[in-house]
Amino acid sequence: MATRAGAPSELAPAGAVPAVPEVAGVRVPARSARGELRAIKVVWKRELIRFSHDRLRILTALMQPFLFLFVLGTGLSRIASAGTHGVSLRTFVYPGVLCMAVMFTAMFSAASLVWDREFGFLREMMVAPVRRSSLVLGKCLGGATVAGFQGVIVLVLAGLVGIPYAIPLLLEICVLMVMLAFTITAFGVMVAARVTQIQSFMALMQMAIMPMFFLSGALFPVIGLPLWLSILNRLDPLTYAVDPMRRAIFNHLHVSAVARHDLVPGVTWFGWHVPGALEAAVVGLLGSVMLGVAIFQFSKTD
Amino acid sequence: MSQQTTTTGDAQVAPAAAGVSGAVSVSGLTKRYGEVEAVRGVDFAVEVGETFGFLGPNGAGKSTTISMLCTLVSPTAGSALVAGHDIVGERDEVRRNIGLVFQDTTLDGYLTAEQNLRLHAELYGVPKQLVRGRMQQVMEMVGLWERRDSLVNHFSGGMKRRLEIARGLLHSPRVLFLDEPTVGLDPQTRSSIWSYIRQLKTQEQITIFLTTHYMDEAEYCDRIAIMDQGQIIVLDTPEALKAQVGKDRVQIEAEDPPAVIAALKQRFDLDAVIAEGKVTFGVTNGEHFLPRLFAELGHPIRGVSVARPSLDDVFLSYTGTTIRDAESSENNDRMRNLARMMSR
Repeated sequence: MATRAGAPSELAPAGAVPAVPEVAGVRVPARSARGELRAIKVVWKRELIRFSHDRLRILTALMQPFLFLFVLGTGLSRIASAGTHGVSLRTFVYPGVLCMAVMFTAMFSAASLVWDREFGFLREMMVAPVRRSSLVLGKCLGGATVAGFQGVIVLVLAGLVGIPYAIPLLLEICVLMVMLAFTITAFGVMVAARVTQIQSFMALMQMAIMPMFFLSGALFPVIGLPLWLSILNRLDPLTYAVDPMRRAIFNHLHVSAVARHDLVPGVTWFGWHVPGALEAAVVGLLGSVMLGVAIFQFSKTD
Repeated sequence: MSQQTTTTGDAQVAPAAAGVSGAVSVSGLTKRYGEVEAVRGVDFAVEVGETFGFLGPNGAGKSTTISMLCTLVSPTAGSALVAGHDIVGERDEVRRNIGLVFQDTTLDGYLTAEQNLRLHAELYGVPKQLVRGRMQQVMEMVGLWERRDSLVNHFSGGMKRRLEIARGLLHSPRVLFLDEPTVGLDPQTRSSIWSYIRQLKTQEQITIFLTTHYMDEAEYCDRIAIMDQGQIIVLDTPEALKAQVGKDRVQIEAEDPPAVIAALKQRFDLDAVIAEGKVTFGVTNGEHFLPRLFAELGHPIRGVSVARPSLDDVFLSYTGTTIRDAESSENNDRMRNLARMMSR
């Protein structure tokens, strides 16, 4: 069919004497580094506002750590006592449980991106004159912040499982915690770029997080494992967050050399002891790579 | 910021003419999703200050066109300038100069009305000292200033719509895109939204580009483009379009529609079609035609209606179907779903 689009008609009223606005018209400034920083801040702030509104989420996220620490930890401590050289099982599993709380919060944070897509807020942000990378980065930083905050709540419980509130220790744990939170959020955002339904997203994340948790050595020392398990353990990114955290904790406990050797053997690569800083770097690097992938995916348009 | 070259009145501007453009100028814009051609090479121009409407059934390609003009979707072929900037090469420039109200709500329901607007202001870099005043201005315009501290989740559909329109205006865009601004709202709310939009035209110097599939709303536009199956079929003022049709629409409920259609052709030389389940045709001076119809048709008739020309008839005369029938066709539903899926 031929297009019969007419020429603009003379009826087009070119502005029917506009009333003088009380407020000067806004001029949207050109794109700048400051503008991008502001966009990052906006997305980050929204994450925080939403988290603070959602008290229920903060409480429910504490549920799992409580169960693992005080129910499982206490219940198993009798049969485990032979192998722990007097160290409480609760103290041992604490870093793993802390990581899990952080991971779940980070995951929920990333999940809201799927909501945003479903309910449209994402489109509102995507049409703004800012880079997609700023939006994604803001989202990951926001997720890292709220998950870190959730971690701090769990960290308050450290005293209950015999971990001293030493400032350097707490700082070290916090740094590791936030890095892990960032990486998991970036992972979630990366997945969220491809998944459009919240149910599928949750299922996928559960499928990723539960194996990560169990393989990481959150619940057992990573020494003397069967080959298949030790391979999977070394491939699990969470391993590199739990291990340095646990080492830091044990450095602040008074335990025998034997206990230290058996409980915190440290991660080895082909017999080489991986230093804590490198472990943290593994987590950070992985997070950066996933952030890059997520940015790439969100920058594509149809 | 580029300055607007206002062309009005006699400007017979070809859309692609040498960089001179009104608010929007489009040439050969095409979008293909795999096999499906959602938009098939459209050309048109929108003048500064105009209210321009895209009218067509769901799945006609209206939303896809808007998405392309707003830089959310890249065109497969063709080009367009919005507020004087290229939608592919100058994405940011385009984005800074447009406001967009989406078909579905894009508010954060867990935030208050004011928080939603503040986030928007910050994303667009509205200068801090202007935010408060501008926010009050646009919220008062849509009658929501008193409700600024309420959570958006507690708003009705019409209030959310109004808040979105306010948000779309917050950064003083030169072109405001409204994608189906009243879809899913009850008639009362629809008319109140329209009174806000018309009031807005008197308060802001702005070009409005909207899509709708409600014929009566298209009447509010200065000019409309009727779109069907990815193409612009006709573009003119509502008055001119209706004048072109010039005929009254007669609809007959008949026992045997095919026989009636044949009889109409044979006895009166009229081309009738079945629309909305009734035998439908256009005729000049409908009231005077009816007595002849009853006397000479020779087939039982259960009911008859005669209507003055409306945009529905314009649509009918150009596409051979009414907009409601076009809406319900399965093909269009598939197109729409596909287009929506792809645009996510």
